[in-house]
Amino acid sequence: MKRRSMGVLLPAACLFLAAAAVTAIASGSAGIPLRKVLTTILEGQATPEFGILMDIRLPRIILGFAVGGALSIAGVILQGMFRNPLVEPYTLGISGGAALGAALCIILKLHYVLPVTALPLSGFLGSCLVILPLYFLNMRRTVLRMQGILLTGVMMSFISSSLVFLIFAISKTQELHSIVFWIMGSLEEPSWTLILVLTAIVVACLFASFFFAPVLNALSLGEEEAVHLGIDTERAKKQLFLMASLLTGISVSLTGIIGFVGLIVPHFVRMLTGYDHRRLLVVSFLVGSGFLIFCDTIARTVISPIELPVGVITGILGGSVFIYVLARRQGLARPGGSL
Amino acid sequence: MIEVRGLTCGYGEKTVLHDINLSVGKGEFFGIIGPNGSGKTTMLRAMTRLIRPAKGTVLLGGIDMKSLHTADVARKIAVVSQSMPLIEMTVREFVLLGRIPYYRKLQFFEKDEDTAIAERVMEMTGIRHLAGAFMSEMSAGEVQLAFIARGLAQEPQVLLLDEPTSHLDITHQAAILDLVKRLNRQEGLTVVIILHDLNLASEYCDRLVLMDGGRIKKVGIPAEVLDYETIEAVYRTVVVVRENPLSRKPFVMIVSEEVKEKCAGRS
Repeated sequence: MKRRSMGVLLPAACLFLAAAAVTAIASGSAGIPLRKVLTTILEGQATPEFGILMDIRLPRIILGFAVGGALSIAGVILQGMFRNPLVEPYTLGISGGAALGAALCIILKLHYVLPVTALPLSGFLGSCLVILPLYFLNMRRTVLRMQGILLTGVMMSFISSSLVFLIFAISKTQELHSIVFWIMGSLEEPSWTLILVLTAIVVACLFASFFFAPVLNALSLGEEEAVHLGIDTERAKKQLFLMASLLTGISVSLTGIIGFVGLIVPHFVRMLTGYDHRRLLVVSFLVGSGFLIFCDTIARTVISPIELPVGVITGILGGSVFIYVLARRQGLARPGGSL
Repeated sequence: MIEVRGLTCGYGEKTVLHDINLSVGKGEFFGIIGPNGSGKTTMLRAMTRLIRPAKGTVLLGGIDMKSLHTADVARKIAVVSQSMPLIEMTVREFVLLGRIPYYRKLQFFEKDEDTAIAERVMEMTGIRHLAGAFMSEMSAGEVQLAFIARGLAQEPQVLLLDEPTSHLDITHQAAILDLVKRLNRQEGLTVVIILHDLNLASEYCDRLVLMDGGRIKKVGIPAEVLDYETIEAVYRTVVVVRENPLSRKPFVMIVSEEVKEKCAGRS
């Protein structure tokens, strides 16, 4: 695939995101045509259509924007700092920890006590339960060992998924159902406050990550090379790891486990932008947001009124598009072309 | 330019270098030679602060390197290493990475000055016509030139090279070393270079240090360091040393087992 210049890519990515958002707001079981969507919103009256648009569809779009973007830039950051294209936000067990937290919350019936915040909160605590040991176990005299983090992360992920299965085994059918649904991931979130807090954090992280773009570029040559280029790699690795963890943790705790976005979007975008993280981060964010909103629209319309877990769609759609692109690319492969 | 004082260092518990004292002058072409595992690369790493001294200090232009900021060091010392980027990037992008030490806090994009410098160093190293090519498509010699160009883009005072001529044929060996020599003579760049090939070291370096088992065996001009007794002792190989008729530099020849046995039989 040919590399495109930023003058083409940035508008294209924005257009993709806008198209996904417009499709999402105009599709659904209530069947409001696109023309009517605009007038309804502009009139702003408390009609049932207005309610559906503003309270059901819009929150999902905003959440999809934030979570899709968050997972994508977390993927870019992790793939960049580990120099490993197979690393994604969920490799490190952060999602497993969140799933464990949510499962515990459901069988302990904490969500009856705190109906809105209990699940996201326990999901977040669960992911912290993984992140912090991961971080501190791999600190060796101020040096963060990357291979160690990867291995410990994969193990943590096994341990937490085993514990989740243990909870499955001892829980009642109804609880089992809620846990499974939480784990499969969904963009349904009733609390506007949580959505807006998440979006604010994610957008802030996007800007912050941009400051690390030259660092990530240098790190793509290897840690020693980055030091030779004057990068304080130890500090940068810690900050980047914590930022990727935060992005993953808050996303997972609000929406459950939505796979593939953080793995596939950075890959796909890298084929278009090249290695440079200044381009990669922004375009990945936009494409990831649009991709998740688009997948969510499919998930809730394809066999409506039944809603499919969005993770199923991201997996099937993302995976097959990616394999197709990869196969085409290898058809006209350059020698030694990697990533 | 670089002064190593009483340096002892290594990796974790394992000490590699023992009590090294060494001084590289400004504008010098300085070679580090020695057998595998004698501490050559470790010495280079100590000079770039990749490893911290357990004892002793490394001074850069009279200042203890410990007190310098990482980016300050990168503006003074550039390292030409061997690690190919895993990610596909073009030669121009690769060379531009050498400008990172000059980025300001809130700077995301290279300035015109940075691109101009990148173009100039690609011109100097003769790879300007390859600027748009991918690193993975280039030959070993061209890759080495790109590494040198990236080093020069850092506008350093010192260039450290770790075996830049391994895996290259003699055309490219000479081309690379002639280029480095020109930079050394014309731009006044201080060069510290690790070389495996004793004859290349002899031919190009002003002074050599011979390392053996993490200690300095000998320092001096090639004619002083490369005498056959020293080489045989350090490398545990029988050699004959003669003078290159053109350059008057010592030339080290290996004596094979077969020839040794023949000579022993004759005498």
